[in-house]
Amino acid sequence: MTSLRILLRAIALLTAMAAGAMAGPFEEALPKFSADSYSDTEAAISAVAGSGHERALTVVEALRDGRLLAGAGQVYIREASNGMIDAATGEIVGGAGNLKPVRVNNRVRRAIEAALGNLTLLSSDTRTRFNAAQAVFRSRDASALPVLERAIAQESDLRVRGALESARAAVILNKPDAPAVEKKIAVEILSRRGDQDSLALLSNVSASSAPDLAKAASDAAEGIRTRLALWNALQNVWYGVSLGSVLLLAAIGLAITFGTMGVINMAHGEMVMIGAYTTFMVQEVIRLHAPGLFDASLFIALPLAFLTAGAVGVLVERCVIRFLYGRPLETLLATWGLSLILQQAVRTVFGPTNREVGTPGWMRGALEIGGLSLTYNRLAIVVFAFSVFAILLLVMRYTSLGLYVRAVTQNRRMAGSMGIRTNRIDALAFGLGSGVAGIAGVALSQIDNVSPNLGQGYIIDSFMVVVFGGVGNLWGTLIGAMTLGVANKMLEPYAGAVLGKIVLLITIIIFIQRRPRGLFALKGRAVEA
Amino acid sequence: MRTRSVLDRQTIVVIGFLAGAAMLVPIFNGLVAQDSALHVPDHLVPLLGKYLCFALLALSVDLIWGFCGILSLGHGAFFALGGYAMGMYLMRQVGSRGVYAHPVLPDFMVFLNWQELPWFWYGSDIFPIAVLMVVLAPGILALAFGWFAFRSRVTGVYLSIITQAMTFALMLAFFRNDMGFGGNNGLTDFKDILGFPLQAGSTRLVLFVVSAIALGLGYLLCRWLVESKFGKVLVAIRDAENRTRFLGYRVERYKLTVFIISAMLAGLAGALYVPQVGIINPGEFAPENSIEIVIWVAVGGRGTLAGAILGALVVNAGKTWFTGALPEFWLFALGGLFVFVTLLMPRGILGTGQELWDRMRQRSQLHQAAPATSQAAE
Repeated sequence: MTSLRILLRAIALLTAMAAGAMAGPFEEALPKFSADSYSDTEAAISAVAGSGHERALTVVEALRDGRLLAGAGQVYIREASNGMIDAATGEIVGGAGNLKPVRVNNRVRRAIEAALGNLTLLSSDTRTRFNAAQAVFRSRDASALPVLERAIAQESDLRVRGALESARAAVILNKPDAPAVEKKIAVEILSRRGDQDSLALLSNVSASSAPDLAKAASDAAEGIRTRLALWNALQNVWYGVSLGSVLLLAAIGLAITFGTMGVINMAHGEMVMIGAYTTFMVQEVIRLHAPGLFDASLFIALPLAFLTAGAVGVLVERCVIRFLYGRPLETLLATWGLSLILQQAVRTVFGPTNREVGTPGWMRGALEIGGLSLTYNRLAIVVFAFSVFAILLLVMRYTSLGLYVRAVTQNRRMAGSMGIRTNRIDALAFGLGSGVAGIAGVALSQIDNVSPNLGQGYIIDSFMVVVFGGVGNLWGTLIGAMTLGVANKMLEPYAGAVLGKIVLLITIIIFIQRRPRGLFALKGRAVEA
Repeated sequence: MRTRSVLDRQTIVVIGFLAGAAMLVPIFNGLVAQDSALHVPDHLVPLLGKYLCFALLALSVDLIWGFCGILSLGHGAFFALGGYAMGMYLMRQVGSRGVYAHPVLPDFMVFLNWQELPWFWYGSDIFPIAVLMVVLAPGILALAFGWFAFRSRVTGVYLSIITQAMTFALMLAFFRNDMGFGGNNGLTDFKDILGFPLQAGSTRLVLFVVSAIALGLGYLLCRWLVESKFGKVLVAIRDAENRTRFLGYRVERYKLTVFIISAMLAGLAGALYVPQVGIINPGEFAPENSIEIVIWVAVGGRGTLAGAILGALVVNAGKTWFTGALPEFWLFALGGLFVFVTLLMPRGILGTGQELWDRMRQRSQLHQAAPATSQAAE
């Protein structure tokens, strides 16, 4: 016993030297761990966590990992490298007699989690502090209040400070004995934060408290609800734009082959698939030979996908479609056959299962604007779709190829008489449309499963977009894609995904009855197109 | 167009073939010894019956595509609707023999915790009503769809695309459990039809014979239609729609009528198909299936009626063989068939055969005529 007492004294002395204080709440709380009672352990945890002692985090973490040992009023931590150390001082100790790990149950575990949240509030890492503040905001653990106050006092980062303050507000609002003035301030802070969690907190308040506080809370909740509904609508519009740009990507190649050339290419979806598989191949090669290039893989895949799908397109045009000009229904059947062949070819070579296409680092994560969450990969696809659209528009308007394609579209024989080699233009235009489908595949490989069936999922939607927008008009395709995308996502919350889609399909079918040539029909005098 | 005598010959061949099949299959199945080469094993009977249903379906597509120029890429929807109407009847016949042994509700409704029959299932346990629904359901859909489409003069590829959208929308709808048609699983586990067990060999033989008779009657109906004045107008619409309209014909009415008849035939085919394969599910609505029907017609010969039957039988027999022997290559073969037929054999087997036959006859006539002229010159 004497040696023990000496040891205790030494501990106290060392602690005093280290922390500049005499035996505080931390030292007083530690022995409770050895009581082998869950409620004592819980009390010890909250006391240790509230003490603000520099070793508190180590102790609680050890407890979480089952490395906190106790016996005869003493507490130690087992370390992998140094054997046993004293929990209070961090000194290495030799054999410490008969020790047992401090037992935990679910209640204790919850206390540990809450305590860890509080403790990391004072971490030196900004991100850790922010996450800890969020954790406290969710747990609303009243014992965290002193630590929170300290953390707020010394916080310099604005974002973390905001998170800490709303965490404090949440705790105060949830604490029955907090003064009414503070509660009102808390309501104000929460209403400024204005998210779903604050809403839940505020609606809880209004039930049982002073009338003026209840009124403030319910007003704040109402305000949040309105704001949330607005953000929600905006988010849905964003989803719609995102879906619309996917549709745009898939349909824009079709707008060239079907819209301007009048060729029904049922194998269009397979060109998209070829683009996606090109991306897969590029990533495989990079993985094997140049892992450092992975973030650039999509940019390498873009031209390759364009060339591969474009080459397949030219081949298809030369071998099949050119014999079928002027017979759209036959073209439809022949290209459907081609799509079956391409699908099966890919299935034979790459196997029927989904292939893994990785996402480069710069496309991960999300951009938060107010209540909006824009994931970077969707953002990239939206930007990409619009860029492709712009480039294609410029190509059709300002390059000689575009000029020739338009000329051949308007009057094939006249164009031929003017010296345009219509055969070549057909092949090139078809190649262009297929190539654009290929680069659409690169983008879609990021959000869809890369499997032989990839293209089939898009073919009906793409045709809907082109027909809806009006054949022979790229702007029509843009408007069509965006309208369908946004309409689809706006319907989804009310009707569900499947029913929404059905409603949309029926709407398009009826729409085509009203305007058989689409939204932006080419005007002409021909009776039969 | 071909002369009347050729058409008659074709009709004789088709009816003769079907009558032969309807008589010989039961004989070879029941009376010929099992080890004989001519014996038709039991499992082959429903398979052959299935082919006949597909042939009837192809016939219905040929009626509108071959003779009126309406390329429907959604005819599978009418087929499936007919199938569902029959499936509902068969489902109700199960009665309390289902897994949950509910006297009225089919198993999937009990499973979904439904308390009572939805209104559109009323009367589905009465056979005549079921048969009526088999033709009415596709007919009404065709009426609604065609009324709008033909009146607003949606033609050609646009019509094809919206028919495809129609069957796609229906597929999505039937996949939903709330629709009340068994959702994903469709209707299956049938027990008997009109009191005869579906698994019994004799029931299957009867179904086969009924399919053959239905196909024969369907063929005669189509033949009669296209031979009549009505049919001549259809062909005129196919070849020059506006000119026909300017001549004073109500093009929409002709198109709508033939579209509805075709849809009803397709529904009938579906109704005969379901008891023979024992299941109907939303997969039948898949747009791919509908496109496949068109290729049967194209292979056999568009606009010949008999060609549609021939095409359906040949392609489906090929499919059965391929998916058994070389499953990997079936899609290659089917895809190649699409390309080959449209590029090199636009008139299909029958049309190309006819062409060769005519050419040979011409040449022999030329040979006979040549000596005569040379003699005259001397």
